[in-house]
Amino acid sequence: MKKRPGSLKRQHRSRLALTAVFSVIALVYVFPVFVVVINAFKQNTYVKTQTFSLPTQQSFVGFDNFIKGMTFGNYPFIKSMLFSVVITVLSTGLILLCTSMAAWYMERVNSRVCRGIYYLCVFSMVVPFQMVMFTLSKTADRLQLNTPWTIPVIYLGFGAGLAVFMFTGFVKSIPLEIEQAAAIDGCGPVRTYFHVVMPMLRPTMISVGILEIMWIWNDFLLPYLVLDRNSYMTIPIHIQYLQGSYGSVDLGATMALILLSIIPVVVFYLLCQKHIIKGVAAGAVKG
Amino acid sequence: MRRKRSGLRTGGNGVLLRHAMRRYWFVFLLPMTAAFAVGFVWPFLQGIYLSFCSFTTTSNARFVGIENYFTAIGDKGFIYSFWFTALFAAVALVLINLLAFAVAYVLTQGIRGANLFRTVFFMPNLIGGIVLGYIWSILFDGVLRMYNTSILMETKYGFWGLIILQCWQQVGYMMIIYIAGLQAVPEDMLEAARMDGAGRWSTLIRVTIPNLMPAITICTFLTLTNSFKLFDQNLALTGGAPFVFEKGADGTLNTIRTTEMLALNIYNTFYGQGSISRGAAQAKAVLFFVLVAVISVLQLRTTRSREVQR
Repeated sequence: MKKRPGSLKRQHRSRLALTAVFSVIALVYVFPVFVVVINAFKQNTYVKTQTFSLPTQQSFVGFDNFIKGMTFGNYPFIKSMLFSVVITVLSTGLILLCTSMAAWYMERVNSRVCRGIYYLCVFSMVVPFQMVMFTLSKTADRLQLNTPWTIPVIYLGFGAGLAVFMFTGFVKSIPLEIEQAAAIDGCGPVRTYFHVVMPMLRPTMISVGILEIMWIWNDFLLPYLVLDRNSYMTIPIHIQYLQGSYGSVDLGATMALILLSIIPVVVFYLLCQKHIIKGVAAGAVKG
Repeated sequence: MRRKRSGLRTGGNGVLLRHAMRRYWFVFLLPMTAAFAVGFVWPFLQGIYLSFCSFTTTSNARFVGIENYFTAIGDKGFIYSFWFTALFAAVALVLINLLAFAVAYVLTQGIRGANLFRTVFFMPNLIGGIVLGYIWSILFDGVLRMYNTSILMETKYGFWGLIILQCWQQVGYMMIIYIAGLQAVPEDMLEAARMDGAGRWSTLIRVTIPNLMPAITICTFLTLTNSFKLFDQNLALTGGAPFVFEKGADGTLNTIRTTEMLALNIYNTFYGQGSISRGAAQAKAVLFFVLVAVISVLQLRTTRSREVQR
């Protein structure tokens, strides 16, 4: 590449300046999380009056907030965390398995019924949750789908659209010959799926899985309306519940809980960053 | 377009596989379809039906025709929340896309630390709306308390608070899409522009942006629908406060929650005021659905037609 030497130097300098500017912006960006961290170690009364100052000798309480937050009230936070994990893992697993199977079937069989279901799935992507929230929660109630162990069915039903759409897009690009070869070798459809198709779907599985995890882990309204609220809460429901009783709740302890609910997410993000960013890009290109 | 696969082209085995598969429909198709029927199709149809009924619960519905729709449109709070949401969506659309594009553009110019910045800017997307709303309400109140006020005291604080929150969360997401788009701009086109002596600015306008139309389509569409559907952040940050009470012509007291967006308004109509007006709430939900669907379709159509033909 030919470039004038003068411009190269100038370019270099402007790049350094940009790095400096972006470093400042990045610091501003993480500031809200930083505020949560410092307040998680402060005594209740200081959270409101000295939100932005570091914990001092007076206000510092060590890990008291975490211990208090975890055991606080008649519904310990640890239970909410466990239910969040159960719901997210079960739902994501169920969605990945069932929608990929269905997408493969619909794309390969391609009958009129299949096309009908496929278009309904695509249509469901533009329907906002408020449209169905009342009837959905009543239906879930009637069918006993209101526990953390059964709510995955609801997630599968309401979240099928995007997953089916993404899987179908990928199945189209798989050459039919591979599956034919398996069929000639005497492989039935179920074995073909698990031994031939599923391994090929892996990259899409990861993308879809990431999108579903991000959605379900953070989802508030659906579990809030569907779950039996007295026996089951998830992290977002618990946080909202604490905020609803503003003032009567220990703010320092709440900050500690918020920090505890962010930590798993940040760890997950740093571990699978590459997949997450790829998944988001893939989901967006198709969605 | 779907490829048509005839038995002739693929030979007998394609048919073999398809016939074998058809017998296993209950393994492959049934689980997803049954859940889809329970989790989407039935609630959706029932929702449409109930919007024409007077009801407090699904079992005591009584058909009343389109009365609910008149009640919904006549509700000042609903109309207010529509305009509030529309204004919010317009501001958020412009701000988020400009910022996200600018950030993505700079990060693809090979500056040092680009990966680290990308990591940081995307991070807020993994935190849920309720938690985000709570974090920002502490932050805003921490600042506003110095002026003896709170985010719950004034509509404009709530509005800009929501905008800041939404930007903080969404810029990183849109940035990822813009980065993917920028990386897909053909290098030879950029090279050709450079050869022809095009400056950085005209290359951006004439080459990069036209090639970026797919990404711009997706991002405008996503920011717009995300704004219209915003709920968690709205509930956690302001909850609709401050409230204004207004006496209607018939002497009834109307409550207008001045930072309440559409989704929250529908939620409050369902679950907030006892269960008297659930028919109207469901009618609002149907109108909301139509609005979101129309935006999605229009947006896709208008921006698609401006995409570069390849």
